[in-house]
Amino acid sequence: MEVLKIATAGSVDDGKSTLIGRLLYDTKSLTDDKLEAIERSSKQKGYDYLDFSLATDGLVAEREQGITIDVAHIYFSTKTKSYIIADTPGHVEYTRNMVTGASTSQAAIILIDARHGVIEQTFRHFFINNLLRIKDVIVAVNKMDLVDFSEERYNEIKADFQKLVDKSDYEDQNITFIPVSALKGDNVVEKSNSMYWFKGQTLLEHLEKLDTKDIYNRGRVRFPVQYVIRPKTEEYHDFRGYAGKVYGGEIKVGDEVIVLPSETKSIVKEIYFYDKKFETAARRSSCTITLEDNVNVSRGDMIVKVDELPKVQKQFMATISWMDAKNLTVGSKYVLQHGVNKVLAKVSTINHKIETDFSGIKSDISSLGMNDIASVSFQLNKPIFFDSFKEHRTNGAFILIDPQTNNTAGAGFIE
Amino acid sequence: MTEKLHINALENEAIYIFREVAAQFEKPVLLFSGGKDSITLVRLAQKAFFPAKIPFPLMHIDTGHNFPETIEFRDRLVEELGVELIVRNVQDSIDQGKVKEESGRYSSRNMLQTTTLLDAIEEFKFDACIGGARRDEEKARAKERIFSVRDDFGQWDEKNQRPELFDMLNGQIELGQNVRVFPISNWTELDVWTYIENENLEIPSIYFAHKRNIFMRDGLIWSASEHVYKDEEEQVEERMVRFRTVGDMSCTAAVDSYATTISQVVAEIRDSSISERGARIDDKRSEAAMEKRKQQGYF
Repeated sequence: MEVLKIATAGSVDDGKSTLIGRLLYDTKSLTDDKLEAIERSSKQKGYDYLDFSLATDGLVAEREQGITIDVAHIYFSTKTKSYIIADTPGHVEYTRNMVTGASTSQAAIILIDARHGVIEQTFRHFFINNLLRIKDVIVAVNKMDLVDFSEERYNEIKADFQKLVDKSDYEDQNITFIPVSALKGDNVVEKSNSMYWFKGQTLLEHLEKLDTKDIYNRGRVRFPVQYVIRPKTEEYHDFRGYAGKVYGGEIKVGDEVIVLPSETKSIVKEIYFYDKKFETAARRSSCTITLEDNVNVSRGDMIVKVDELPKVQKQFMATISWMDAKNLTVGSKYVLQHGVNKVLAKVSTINHKIETDFSGIKSDISSLGMNDIASVSFQLNKPIFFDSFKEHRTNGAFILIDPQTNNTAGAGFIE
Repeated sequence: MTEKLHINALENEAIYIFREVAAQFEKPVLLFSGGKDSITLVRLAQKAFFPAKIPFPLMHIDTGHNFPETIEFRDRLVEELGVELIVRNVQDSIDQGKVKEESGRYSSRNMLQTTTLLDAIEEFKFDACIGGARRDEEKARAKERIFSVRDDFGQWDEKNQRPELFDMLNGQIELGQNVRVFPISNWTELDVWTYIENENLEIPSIYFAHKRNIFMRDGLIWSASEHVYKDEEEQVEERMVRFRTVGDMSCTAAVDSYATTISQVVAEIRDSSISERGARIDDKRSEAAMEKRKQQGYF
C-alpha cells in the first residue's frame, strides 16, 4: 500500500482538529471505543460538539491546557492509500515542531479561517512549507458555513494567498485551494451542496490522486552507507555488503560508481533485498549492494554514480532552524549529522536572521534562540558530500547535535 | 534474478531503523514478547542484516502468566533463528522483594514487568532496547519518538523529547542512559496483519479462533485461568474467541471470533469497530494509564 505523510499546522481555533476528526469520521477510521471516549470527554468538558483534539492530544499536560505541545501522528487509510498526518501546533513558539513535522511529510494542509482570511500564522505555515520544499500544499479555506458559503469571500482569500505565493522561489510547488466546512463536512470527504460554484475536488479526492512516487523530489542517486554486512559464514565467506537506503534515483547492477571520500571507482555487482537479488533498486529502498572490486567502504561513506558527483567541501552556508533552549553563537561547536555521516562543525558566522512572515531579513545578529531561522556559515573538521537542499531534499539536510547534552539542537538546509 | 525491487515504504523505513541501531549502539537487544508485533520485528531484522545473522540477542521479560502457546512458539522461533534468547522473570523480582504482587479483582503482573526490565538493562548494560510499540495503539504512544531516550532510571521525559527530522536518528547518549527504539512506529494494526499475511509468518495459535473457558467482566471477555482473579459469582463458559494482542493473561481480553486463518483475521480487523487496545484491561485503568507507565520505564 502507498503511504502519504501530510503535515498540518494550525491553532486550536482554526478548526484543524475538527478537520482531522472529520477526515477520520467520514472515512470510518474512528472505532467505536475511540468515538465513545471522545463523546465522554467532550460531555465532561461541557461542549455541545465533539472535540476531536481529545483524540490527538495524547499527553496529560496537553489535555489540561487544551493545547498541542508536540507533534501527534494520526493514521487512517482508504482503499488506495495509508495516510499519516503529522499534526503540529501552529504558534510562533512552536516553529521547531512545525519544521520537524514538515521534514517527514510529502504534502501539507494549511488551514485558513474564512472569517479571518490570511493572517500572520498563515504566512508562517507557508514559509515553513516552502523552506522544507513540500511539493504539494493544500490551502483549505475552512468555516465556509460561517461566511454563508460565499464564493466572493473565498476568491478574496485566494487572491491574498496568491500574493504570498508570488514571493516564493519554489516554482515546482503545487498549490491547491479548497473551500471547506470541517464542522458540516462540506468538501472534506463529501462534495458540498452549499458550494455548487466550486468545481474542484474535495480534500480527500485530491489526496487520493496524489502520486506518492512522484511527490518526492527527484535528484541524483545518493547511497549513504549505513552498515557493512560481513556474515563470515561458509556460504557467504567473502561477502561484503553495503547496507543503505537509495535516495534520489535508481541504482542498477552494472552502474559505474565512485565511493566517497576515498574516490575509489567500482561497478555495482549485486543488489540484495533480503534473500533475493534484483536488477534495479528503486528510490527509497533499503537494500544491500555489493561491488565488483574489493574496496574499503565504511559507515558514513557515500556511493554515487561516476558522472553525478556531489559537492565535497569543508565549508558551506545553510539555513538553520534552531530548536534548543541554549543559543547558537559564533564559534560554538556541534556534532553535525548529515544523513548517517557525523563530523564536527564550528559556526563561522551568523549571516542574518530570516523572518518567517516574509517581512525580510535582519542583519547584525550575534546569536540564535529557539525557533529562530537564520543563514549561518560553518567550518567542518572533515568534508561532507552534499547537494544543495533545493536540489536534493535528503542530501541537502543535516542536524546539529549539542556535544554536551547530546540533544538535537537544530536542523540545517544547505544553500 | 527478479527484475526490479518494488518497495513497501513502511518495511523499508523499519529496515533502515534496524541498521541505524546496529551501527550506532554497542549493546542493543530486541525485546521479544512472542506477540505479533515482535514477530514482525524479528522478520524485519532478518531482512535488515541478511545474509548475516541478527547481530543482537532477543530478550523476553516473562511475567510467568503468559499463555503457554506463546512460550512454546518463542522457543521454537529462537532455535530456528540461531540467535541468543535472554529470559528474565518477574517471579524473581517478586522473590527478591523488589516488587509486590498485586491482589484483588484487577491484579496483574503487567506493571511489575517494568522493574524486571530495568534490572535486566542494567545487568547486561544494554544501550538500545528495540520494541514493537506503534503510535496508532494509544495516544501517549502517538507522541513517542523512533529513538526515545531514557534516563538512568529508565524514565521517559515526554515534554523534552528530541526532535526527529527527515530520517536522521540521533542515538548519542550519556553513560547510563539508554534508548528505546520503535522500528514499526508508523505501522497500524492492519499493516502488521497484512505484513504477516504477505510474509507468511507463523504466529502463536491464540491469535486464531479457538474454544476457551472465559468469563465476562465489565463487558470484556476474560480468560478463566489460575493466574486471573475471579469472583465466585462470575460464571465460566466456553466460547469461540481469539486474542488481538498478546500480553500477560491478566491484562489481555479476548474477542468473539470465528477467524481461523490469517486472511480471515485480516478481514475481521478491517471490519472491526473496536480498536486493538479496546481489549487491553491495563489501558482502562485511567485516561493517562499508558503515559504514567511509560514515565516509569514501561515499554
